[in-house]
Amino acid sequence: MSDLQSPANTTAEGRTTGSKTAEEAPTEATAGADQPTASRRRSLLPQSTLLRHLLVLLLAAVGAVVLLEITDPFTNSQLATLTYYAIAAGGLTVLTGMNGQISLGHGALMAVGAYTTALFLSADEPLPLPLILLAAIVTATAVGALVGVAAARLHGPYLAGATLALAVGLPGLAIYFHDVLGGEQGMRVRAPRAPEAFESFISAVSGNSATNTKWLAYLGAICLLITYFLLANLIRSRIGRTWRAVRDQEVAAELAGINLGAWRVLAFVVSAAAAGLAGGVLALVVRLAAPSGFTLVLSLALLTAIVIGGLGSLLGALLGSALLVFLPPFVTDLGAGWGLDNTEAAQLAPFVYGVVLIVAMIFAPAGVVGTLRMRWLTRQAKRSAAQSSRG
Amino acid sequence: MQYFVNVTLTGLTEGMVYSAFALALVLIWRSTRIVNFAQGSMAAATTFIALALIQAGQSYWVALIVALLSGLLLGAIIERVVIRPVEGGPELNAVIVTLGLFVAIQAAIAIVFGSAFQSFPTPFGLEGFQVGDNRIALTPNSVWVIAAVLVTMALLVVLFRFTRIGLAMRASAFGQEVARLLGVRVGRMLTLGWALAAVVGSLAGLLIAGGEFVYPAYMDSLIVFGFVAAVLGGLDSPIGAIVGGLILGLALSYVSGYVERGSALVNVAALVILMVVLLVRPGGLFASSTARRA
Repeated sequence: MSDLQSPANTTAEGRTTGSKTAEEAPTEATAGADQPTASRRRSLLPQSTLLRHLLVLLLAAVGAVVLLEITDPFTNSQLATLTYYAIAAGGLTVLTGMNGQISLGHGALMAVGAYTTALFLSADEPLPLPLILLAAIVTATAVGALVGVAAARLHGPYLAGATLALAVGLPGLAIYFHDVLGGEQGMRVRAPRAPEAFESFISAVSGNSATNTKWLAYLGAICLLITYFLLANLIRSRIGRTWRAVRDQEVAAELAGINLGAWRVLAFVVSAAAAGLAGGVLALVVRLAAPSGFTLVLSLALLTAIVIGGLGSLLGALLGSALLVFLPPFVTDLGAGWGLDNTEAAQLAPFVYGVVLIVAMIFAPAGVVGTLRMRWLTRQAKRSAAQSSRG
Repeated sequence: MQYFVNVTLTGLTEGMVYSAFALALVLIWRSTRIVNFAQGSMAAATTFIALALIQAGQSYWVALIVALLSGLLLGAIIERVVIRPVEGGPELNAVIVTLGLFVAIQAAIAIVFGSAFQSFPTPFGLEGFQVGDNRIALTPNSVWVIAAVLVTMALLVVLFRFTRIGLAMRASAFGQEVARLLGVRVGRMLTLGWALAAVVGSLAGLLIAGGEFVYPAYMDSLIVFGFVAAVLGGLDSPIGAIVGGLILGLALSYVSGYVERGSALVNVAALVILMVVLLVRPGGLFASSTARRA
């Protein structure tokens, strides 16, 4: 009972008294990340976490195939974009939502993955694609570990500043080493062709033509599903619990023998791996790795995605990423309707990201998923309280 | 030798601007424990207001004053409307709000003023002074930059040391509850602190823009440099911010002056300096006590 009420209570308190709860309450923004424990009992899903996640994975895979087959080629390419945003946002939500570390450097880590992919694909006899993506993950992980070691000692604003410097600084390397990395123009990426098996699969499923766009969308979806499956298991494991302990109760966690620094570095490394994979998929989908693709706005867009979806929730990260893909065309059209020219209208999307970040933090720090979950929990608690008082 | 002197002079001039910008960050950090990542965008906004006035035929000085006043107003409004609700709350929330401001204001500038590169005028010449047979890298404009920053700093010292308002501001930064009990209107002091910081930030933005091209994101590097300078000085100390700015200005100037194609590496160099400082002395170069946990 008290267990049920606690998340709802802390936020209500946090909103009214502000400064008092800053020390004791779990970070308000991440309060939504704590999953309800009691609601599962009535659920139809299997008890075992692994089985449940496998079932969801299977359903999601079927859903992805259906979605990609009933939509037109343009939506396919939009969905391909969605996959790399979602992979990176998933990694970021583990870092920020689960472990309370903020990163503005994920755009730069994606750049590492993208450039690695581009370099490996530019070889005369490129390696098989999974190996190349693995290389992108490994490189980004290495950079992430380096940053993570520095970041583990830092808090909120310091960490934000350090990763901001990373986001602004790292693309400079692409310009400095312009012989290899192509300078401002960047590197063109030769996306590998779809394998035969894919074409026969598509013709068997829907009879649509197996275009390269479709292949890339499927590739992104596969990477996305694998990443989210792994991250979801990680979140529900001992590792995820330890991360939450480090986030919410630093001193208690330390007293319990948890090495805070090491766990923070681990969170950063996992998150960087996801960013690296996202960068690899981005390079394949966009067919270009250039500094202009990895601006600060990319990092901030990812942050918007996880904040609006609800920090610490993979579903929230996915919904937020969908917003990043489908909102810009919508607001750009809107802007054109108001008489803005193209370049001005294109800026409406980042404007909306910024406003959304501010409004979300002031009015709904737990994000969409977190706020809904909290509403639901409060209602459940009220109902059971009413029942127990009646009985 | 002459090259070294010139690189040093350039570094000192730019360092002065970084100092001013770092000072703006420190002012806000001291009063509200928030790093204002929107500072760069706010400064860019006032710079574009000044540019619009200059393009409409006003003099540089009118534009400067209007820009600083609009900075004052912008800082006060932002503190009162969007920062107040997250003040004293979880630190991550405040960081995310300032980041939201950062990207929203930058996009708003692009929507209102366009995202093209535009050249920003200087009130004084950009040709170096003649010393003996050599022309050195100290220009009338850099003298103006240095003087403007020094005067601003002197005014801030006078304000904080010798006026009642300054005392009240220091009191509310030092201990909010106590100050409130003693009759200080803490809320107003915080608003005033943000407004003043926005003025200093705007000044830094205008000074760095002089003789350069401006576009909505032109302050992106400066916010990093200002942050690095402030962290060098320990984030808590105004003197530290000034010294940090000068050190950073010199270091970056040497990197871009002596490393081949070094200008592409300036941002990376700032990143390296920041990482080293945070790893070796997280409390800054002048930290007297152990680093506080923000």
